[in-house]
Amino acid sequence: MRFTNEQLERYSRHIILNNVGVSGQEKLLNGKVLIIGTGGLGAPAAMYLGAAGVGTIGLVDADRVDLSNLQRQVIHRTRDVGKPKVLSGKETIRGINPDVKVVTYQEYATSANIKDIIKDRDYDFILDGTDNFPVKFLINDACVMLKKPFSHAGIIRFQGQTMTYLPGKGPCYRCVFQNPPPPDAVPTCQQAGVLGVMGGVIGTIQAAEALKYLLGVGELLNGSLLTYDALKMSFRKIKITRNRECAVCGEHPTITRLIDYEQKACSFDPAAANT
Amino acid sequence: MTITINGKQNDFEKEMTVQELLSKAEVEMQEYVTVQLNDEILSRKDFDKITVHDNDRVEFLYYMGGGK
Repeated sequence: MRFTNEQLERYSRHIILNNVGVSGQEKLLNGKVLIIGTGGLGAPAAMYLGAAGVGTIGLVDADRVDLSNLQRQVIHRTRDVGKPKVLSGKETIRGINPDVKVVTYQEYATSANIKDIIKDRDYDFILDGTDNFPVKFLINDACVMLKKPFSHAGIIRFQGQTMTYLPGKGPCYRCVFQNPPPPDAVPTCQQAGVLGVMGGVIGTIQAAEALKYLLGVGELLNGSLLTYDALKMSFRKIKITRNRECAVCGEHPTITRLIDYEQKACSFDPAAANT
Repeated sequence: MTITINGKQNDFEKEMTVQELLSKAEVEMQEYVTVQLNDEILSRKDFDKITVHDNDRVEFLYYMGGGK
């Protein structure tokens, strides 16, 4: 692949890095990352991956931009209120870096479509930026079944957590959290609130995981759960192990088909369900 | 005895089951917490069978569902 002068300049701070160089930047430009949810986590992740020159970025979100999103979802602008988030996200990414091809999926990820979406461009890495347990478990199960690496994350109030699944190399999300909690047992950001920067901190870590995966450098958060407490300003990297009896990635999986778990009854608003 | 809970040392008078520790440590939403004892994730059905000992390391791992 031949870089244009403009690309050499745009990516010069990457190219100068020992672990990246021209060949690493080429890997990024050939890389394909799917971001499910363009909200608090997905917004910063998409912007950094776009700026980094990840060649293909898929955005999945059925939602439209709401005024209450703008306190943290930095990919959207005030003028975008009412616009589909995937379109607003695409415009921002393309504005940052026209090298990037942005593929939009204005729909909810469900058992019926998630595998097709992942297979659509044969994405290399999937990033979970969703805000509810049914979809978080759906992403986990689909990635385990399709043997795709993905980054899980969750944020609430002043806290966040993230882990990375690499097929055959450590635990999946279900190894640690066996099943979704019952609807409404664990609060969502909508119910409990979230400090705007939480998505920035954790979503950016997810983007770093995606970049390292594409580059093939460093250690990833497979086998670790990274937790962040903004009030105490403490990060903890907790070692987690694979559960051989895991229902989806264990030795004798009992989950062999994708499951659409019940949404929270009180807030099942299709427009808000996914991200 | 000393048990390290989520990276912090805690002193307790005597050994107890994981279930008792959940109460003693005032863990919120006990029915939804994942418990890891010395790097091994425990099955919920064993919480009242497994005893924590001096110098054990316990991690309470919580669901975090937000992201939007």
